[in-house]
Amino acid sequence: MDYFLTEQQTMIRDLARQIANDKIRPVAAKYDESEEFAWDIMKALSDSDLFGIYIPEEYGGTGGGCVEMSIVAEELSRACGSIALGFAGTALGTYPILLYGNEHQKKKYLPDIAKGKTLAAFCITEAEAGSDAGSIKTTAKKSGDHYVLNGAKQWITNAGEAEIYTVIAITDKSKGARGASAFIVEKGTKGIDFGKKEKKLGIRASATREVIFTDCKIPKENLISKEGMGFIVAMKTFDKSRPGVAAQAVGIAQGAFDLAVEYSRKRIQFGQPISSFQAIQHMLADMGTQIEAARALVMATARMVDSGAKNIAKESAMSKLFASDVAMKVTVDAVQIFGGYGYMRDYPIEKFMRDAKITQIYEGTNQIQRNVIAANIIKESLR
Amino acid sequence: MHIIVCIKQVPNTTDVKIDPVTNTLIREGVESVVNPFDAYAIEEGVRLKEKFGGKVTVVTMGPPQAENALKDAISVGCDEAVLVSDRKFAGSDTWATSYTLSCAIKKIGTYDIIICGKQASDGDTAQVGPGISTHLDIPQVTYVKKIEELKDNKIRVERMTEEGYDIVEAPMPCLITVVKEINSPRIPSLKGMMKAKSARITKWTAEDIDCDPDCIGLQGSPTRVVKIFTPPQRKGGEILKGDASEVAVKITELLKDIVL
Repeated sequence: MDYFLTEQQTMIRDLARQIANDKIRPVAAKYDESEEFAWDIMKALSDSDLFGIYIPEEYGGTGGGCVEMSIVAEELSRACGSIALGFAGTALGTYPILLYGNEHQKKKYLPDIAKGKTLAAFCITEAEAGSDAGSIKTTAKKSGDHYVLNGAKQWITNAGEAEIYTVIAITDKSKGARGASAFIVEKGTKGIDFGKKEKKLGIRASATREVIFTDCKIPKENLISKEGMGFIVAMKTFDKSRPGVAAQAVGIAQGAFDLAVEYSRKRIQFGQPISSFQAIQHMLADMGTQIEAARALVMATARMVDSGAKNIAKESAMSKLFASDVAMKVTVDAVQIFGGYGYMRDYPIEKFMRDAKITQIYEGTNQIQRNVIAANIIKESLR
Repeated sequence: MHIIVCIKQVPNTTDVKIDPVTNTLIREGVESVVNPFDAYAIEEGVRLKEKFGGKVTVVTMGPPQAENALKDAISVGCDEAVLVSDRKFAGSDTWATSYTLSCAIKKIGTYDIIICGKQASDGDTAQVGPGISTHLDIPQVTYVKKIEELKDNKIRVERMTEEGYDIVEAPMPCLITVVKEINSPRIPSLKGMMKAKSARITKWTAEDIDCDPDCIGLQGSPTRVVKIFTPPQRKGGEILKGDASEVAVKITELLKDIVL
């Protein structure tokens, strides 16, 4: 389907596709196996200016928005949804600064992120605070010119590899959700440490670690927005980043689908390619249709986000919910089309299925997305 | 340092199909790309600039749409681009092409090195690079796989041969043609592509480059194609059999004959 991209968006798509095909595809299996972070690919993305495509020109980017971010997330994920997270996880960690940072913070951090010199990570989840972000225990206590952070964040994407951490911590316990604040913590600050790398079902090339704060002293200038704004910062960040997860899911689905179509044309059974059987054809038809529907929703949402629309929570949640469910279904079917070969790790298809699963879970489980969608639908009906 | 890179726009060979009746390439509807071997020349030129400073000027002779090939070169770091284009150049053979390019290079002015790909993927002659250096009367080193050193107006390179490689030193300015072993061409940057989009390409006609009208285009081309055929395949290698130590001696003898 033609999404009527601008000339620059087309350029970005072609560039991301070239990197995905030439650089990522050949090494996707290697990094999945070794679980190493693909720094060579991050270098390629950085050399091509792709880290800056959603950052304004005045801060060293090329001035795009959610559409550009979604285009790149999809293209990279077609080759490897896991390596793509080095890019997408950085966007997640950058949004709090982009949305709520002051001029000084933007000037200090965004240019290096736009260049790909530094990666970013967003830290909200804790052992006992997942969907229920209200039970965050990490604290930030003001002391003179500083805040002192204590606590542990769990399953943080890009942790250990990123230089910039945007952290949600409690500044006033008595105020509940209104007592949380957002901070910028640089790697190398005394008191920030990283746990061991987690072993995961999929997205194995993505670095997932615990981030531990022990009397971690940061200058008070590192507070994003005001005290008490932590949850607003987090929710608005997710509103902007969820189309990115949705785009990642579309990319994973498309990558698996392309392989399944190719395989179905080459695999001969009963003297003919299995693509000549209606059973396979109908699967391919459904997969192709679902992917296109998901992409259309992601693009429409991303355009709405870029239009400056204020309330995007519902659409953003819808795109993430729908696209990630499509990714799971399509990748399961893609493995099915590959049959026994699909189950073998020597073939690239099972990795897509493992990588797809996380898109239904992170940045808000799909159950939480449904809560957000329903709450907005009901609220709208009351108007 | 001023580096000049000569490139050619060719049909994308991965898309090309052969007409089963005439046995010629079907060029219609085929995407045009920078000759793959020239991509190594562009990359080497840009690397020299990054190491020694200066600028890279990229030159091509071709139809107006060859401008796209020049823009591709700018997107990966070339600074200036010259398109030599005129209907009068149509039908040029390698002699006329290299003459025309040498006239354009003279007009560009002074330079330290000219880099070409070893050959074009459509014609496969490998003659234009050496032809340019002959017309300009400067030294040439072909099939360069590595630039070892570049200083005091001299360049030392490794030049691929069938048996291995030669190390050759040449005074500058000179012309080198490069093989794919020399580097791995970069993917363009977004900012490079945006720069290329708005880049101004210098366009010169036959009149602009002060060339002899009798030496350009079809009339300036002494080559007449009599027949195109596939050369006979080369013999495969020789397999030596027998006792390991005897075979080793034989191999040593053979290697001495071939290489030393």
